[in-house]
Amino acid sequence: MSGPPESPSARAYALPGGALRRSLLLIGRGLAAEKRTFAIAIVGSTVFGAMLVASGWVLGLITDHVVIPALAGNGVSTTRIWQAGLALAGIGLVTAVSVAVRRVYAGRGAFDVQAGHRRQVTRQYLRLPMSWHRQHPTGQLLSNANADAEAAGWVFQPLPFALGVLVMIGIASVAMLSADPITGAIGVAVLPLVLVINAVYRRFVNPAITDVQHQRAVVADGAHESFEASAIVKSLGTEDLEEQRFARVADDLRAANVRVGKIRAVFDPTIEFLPSLATLGVLAVGAMRIDAGLMNTGGVVTTAYLLTIMAFPVRAIGFVLGDLPRSLVGHARISRVVDARGYLTEGSGELDSRGGMHLAADQVTLSVPRREADGTQGTQDLLSEVSFTVEPGQTLAVVGSTGAGKSTLIDVLARLADPTSGAVRYDGVDAREISSDYRTRAVALVSQQAFVFEDTVRANVTLEQSDDWTDEDVWAALRVARAEEFIRALPDGLDTVLGERGTSLSGGQRQRLAIARALIRRPRLLLMDDATSAVDPVVEQQILRGLGEHVGGVTVVLVAYRTASIAMATQVMHLEGGRVVDRGTHQELLARDPGYREIVTAYQVQREQVL
Amino acid sequence: MSTTTTPQPESARISEASDLGVFGTIAEGIRLSPAMRKGIGFTIVLALVATAGRLIVPLAVQATTDAGILAEGGVDVALVLRLCAIAAVGLLLTGASTSWVNVRLFCAAEAGLAQLRVRAFRRIHDMSALTQNTERRGALVSRVTSDVDTISLFVQWGGLMLILSSLQILGATVVMVVYSWQLTLVVWAAFVPMMLLAPRAQKALSAAYGQVRVQMGALLGAISEAVVGAATIRAYGAGARTGQRIERAISDHRNAAVRAQTLASLAFSSGVLLSQVALAGVVIGGVFLGLDDGISIGALLAFLFLVQIFVGPVQNATEVLNELQNAVAGWRRVIAIVHTPLDVTDPAEPARLGPRGPAAVEFTDVSFAYPGGEPVLQDINLTILAGARVAIVGETGSGKTTLAKLLTRFMDPATGTITLQGVDLRDIALSDLRERVVIVPQEGFLFEGSIADNVAYGRTASDTSQVAAAMSDLGLQEWLAALPAGIHTQVGQRGESLSAGERQLVAIARAYLADADVLVLDEATSAVDPATEARINRALASLTAGRTSVAIAHRLSTAEAADLVVVVDAGRIVELGHHLELVDAGGRYSRMYDSWVTQSS
Repeated sequence: MSGPPESPSARAYALPGGALRRSLLLIGRGLAAEKRTFAIAIVGSTVFGAMLVASGWVLGLITDHVVIPALAGNGVSTTRIWQAGLALAGIGLVTAVSVAVRRVYAGRGAFDVQAGHRRQVTRQYLRLPMSWHRQHPTGQLLSNANADAEAAGWVFQPLPFALGVLVMIGIASVAMLSADPITGAIGVAVLPLVLVINAVYRRFVNPAITDVQHQRAVVADGAHESFEASAIVKSLGTEDLEEQRFARVADDLRAANVRVGKIRAVFDPTIEFLPSLATLGVLAVGAMRIDAGLMNTGGVVTTAYLLTIMAFPVRAIGFVLGDLPRSLVGHARISRVVDARGYLTEGSGELDSRGGMHLAADQVTLSVPRREADGTQGTQDLLSEVSFTVEPGQTLAVVGSTGAGKSTLIDVLARLADPTSGAVRYDGVDAREISSDYRTRAVALVSQQAFVFEDTVRANVTLEQSDDWTDEDVWAALRVARAEEFIRALPDGLDTVLGERGTSLSGGQRQRLAIARALIRRPRLLLMDDATSAVDPVVEQQILRGLGEHVGGVTVVLVAYRTASIAMATQVMHLEGGRVVDRGTHQELLARDPGYREIVTAYQVQREQVL
Repeated sequence: MSTTTTPQPESARISEASDLGVFGTIAEGIRLSPAMRKGIGFTIVLALVATAGRLIVPLAVQATTDAGILAEGGVDVALVLRLCAIAAVGLLLTGASTSWVNVRLFCAAEAGLAQLRVRAFRRIHDMSALTQNTERRGALVSRVTSDVDTISLFVQWGGLMLILSSLQILGATVVMVVYSWQLTLVVWAAFVPMMLLAPRAQKALSAAYGQVRVQMGALLGAISEAVVGAATIRAYGAGARTGQRIERAISDHRNAAVRAQTLASLAFSSGVLLSQVALAGVVIGGVFLGLDDGISIGALLAFLFLVQIFVGPVQNATEVLNELQNAVAGWRRVIAIVHTPLDVTDPAEPARLGPRGPAAVEFTDVSFAYPGGEPVLQDINLTILAGARVAIVGETGSGKTTLAKLLTRFMDPATGTITLQGVDLRDIALSDLRERVVIVPQEGFLFEGSIADNVAYGRTASDTSQVAAAMSDLGLQEWLAALPAGIHTQVGQRGESLSAGERQLVAIARAYLADADVLVLDEATSAVDPATEARINRALASLTAGRTSVAIAHRLSTAEAADLVVVVDAGRIVELGHHLELVDAGGRYSRMYDSWVTQSS
């Protein structure tokens, strides 16, 4: 899609500065993106923290004013006892609600941030030109939109909790210190200590977890490779060898898992141990302070209880610190997509709607950046000064060995990429000046790797782009593409869902479907990039012959290997290394171009050798 | 791959998951991973000690309060200090045993899971090709990777928590009963509803997470459309349509995730509420009890701490149960692999074969049908003389490839026999058979590594010079010389750095080194540039010299050069004879040949 050119956004998606600045920016931008949601989550979290402290404080009060007097027989009224219980239950209710609010909204905010990243990334996928796509492996792009977007938003799950905990630590410190400065100091000291140990723990365990993830990938690759090779394994009887190889990587993964386990085994009890030890300290010191008449039992209870219940929430700060590096890496990865530029410009020119197109390439050169062996940035010409014209209704066959630049040329002709210099002209007008609506209506491309949408057969042909096409039109296109027969055999005919979770088609069937998609549009220029490579030669001939009759006067450019397909062309162009070697009729090239001769006569030579 | 067809007696299918119950699954899972049980007795003893550590603080609170702080005649500071010191030592010891338990459990569990992983992996290779094909490759991979990882994750986080939490609840209950059985009832009364509701909540939660996974699949599908179909989308100006689909998929996934998160949050916060209710109940109940002289202040305070011991496990109950369920589901899928019966097995008493050298092959009344499908081969009778070059031709789906799979015993025929040197394939030890009959598959699959590694694959003693010799016997030195590192050129993942045709060359060299008596060739088809194709054919000619060869011929040039052409149509042999005879006969073969000649001239 080359929709209206986006004005380059004012600021880059990538985060500038050092680790601290980037962390703050990441958090700031995320919070700003979902202000209301995160505000509610943070309020919930703050209330939770306050309530947690309140419950400890109230418990201390109850100890001094209800429990001890009552059990000492100092006549506490029944009403007082019930009031105490209700106060605790009330605090409990508010706590529970605040926990729910915090968790629900933190989750919502984090998922919204993730979804936001996903939208940015996938919009770019649709906007960026083919040259960009060809430079990035599919797996990487899928993981940018999936795992990396998830990672970039991950830190927002524990973030509101952690912010609430910061408030809680403040209030708790006041509560503990006001109960008694000395026992309070013990309590206040423990919380940062837990935090520090947790940070140290994260530092140890994160690389170990990364290693586990790496080893998992190694095991998965090993299994995948081995199962894909199952025919070879069976044929050569190498099951034992494969088992040994797999056992080795499985053992590496085991060792990595155990390493993580050992780190956790040391740190988990330590982090639990600290508050318990501090509680004992508070008891011991508290006993002395009570003895000296400097504090009362309730103060000890408050401090000890707060220590017990706050040990876990404090770790939330550790979760944020631990998740931040992962989120930063994820964000950096998606930024490379979102900040990529090079959108194709949008033209406003129009094209006629009838008859074959007059196609011309004028000194077309396409260069791409390339990293040289010495690390410097150089350029590489995929196409150099390619020129030709195809008269309306004529067919040009492009012939060349693998890597000659045939597919790149087709990209430029379809304006999936713009030439670095030179121009492609449709009916004499620079393709860049034609609006994309007019272009896509006039030009149809069928690639070698026929793409099938996960949708019905009908939608795959029409792409739901016009309401004018009847089922009869769809069948007619399928008929010419020689796809009618196998589509009729499908359970639901045109309504059969194809693709990953639908009916799967063979390579040749996919190609034929893709040809039908092109034909129904009655294009004025048809570009076929080795579009029949998986189709039976006899069927290929039928398709190519039917094509002219169906579309009528269409201009065709086709990349081909087979002599019979080349023979259908009015002229042939031999391309090598991005340059035109020769151009003429098949017979002319056979006579004067030895490289061409070698390519197109290989089958014949072979048969003569065998016989 | 349909799952509706009933299994046929002659071939096993890989089932989705074993149908064992939760406990049956865990028991069977542990039985299949003996390393998991190693030293389990001592681990349990340690776990008990570790759990006792959790009770130290409440006990210390009770003892110091009652005997120290509120002692008759003022605070007994010395006693409090002594008690606190003893408790601290106790904490240290039990903390150490917690670490030890964790380490022991991790080591045992991971060792056991590694065994299970390797066992399932081996089982998959031992299955017949037919059984393997009842599952997609990717799904098979996940049985030995993510399914086992789910179990591992559970063992590391949830499983340990489940064991320690259960012990913790048990220990806390015992201590509470000693202090006051009435207050214990109060605490339990608050938590019972949670425990009863947890399994139900877990079901709702697991359904919600299931929905998230479904939406994730749909999302990935939509995104891959924008990536894989990038050229098509641009060429047809279909970006808006794809954009809307992605937009919808992103929102659907986000909504499903929010829903699951909301459910989980509600379950968790109900736990928080109940723990606070229990706390309030203990205070009210305790004071009233105390009025009747039933409980000391210290014991009442200890109770407040004991309630906290309940809170964690109960609050996390739904999440732990959810992880348990995931782990059991993973376990079931792995166990299903190990329990899949093998239908191509070694004979109990392998027959002895004659000396090595070109061997004769005979098909007698062979029929074959894929499970739940129409017969693919019927009444195949075919004699292949020792050293003959045979080409099998026919349209896609005629049964050619099935013939090759039967001859290599990737699967067994439904009826009839196939013999090698007069011996039924089923009576030949698989290791013998694999030495004598080797297939060069259509897709020349390569392992990551160098060309030399791939050619020498499976041979223990091959060295580079042998590989180099093989390459030159096949006339491939020229091609090797043009590669960046010759024979040591890295082929990349699945051989992707080489072209399809070049991969085929390596596969041919591999088969050459395997030095079989009978070669089965499934020739490469399209997408090979003509120069490589000529090279492949020259190499194939050297490979088949002096051996019996059966080629599934996609190019009729192979048939032209064969001693015998077998024309297969709809599962039957319809024509049989030499190329020239068949061309003259004017039947199906001659028509195929005419069209081929027109094509390629």
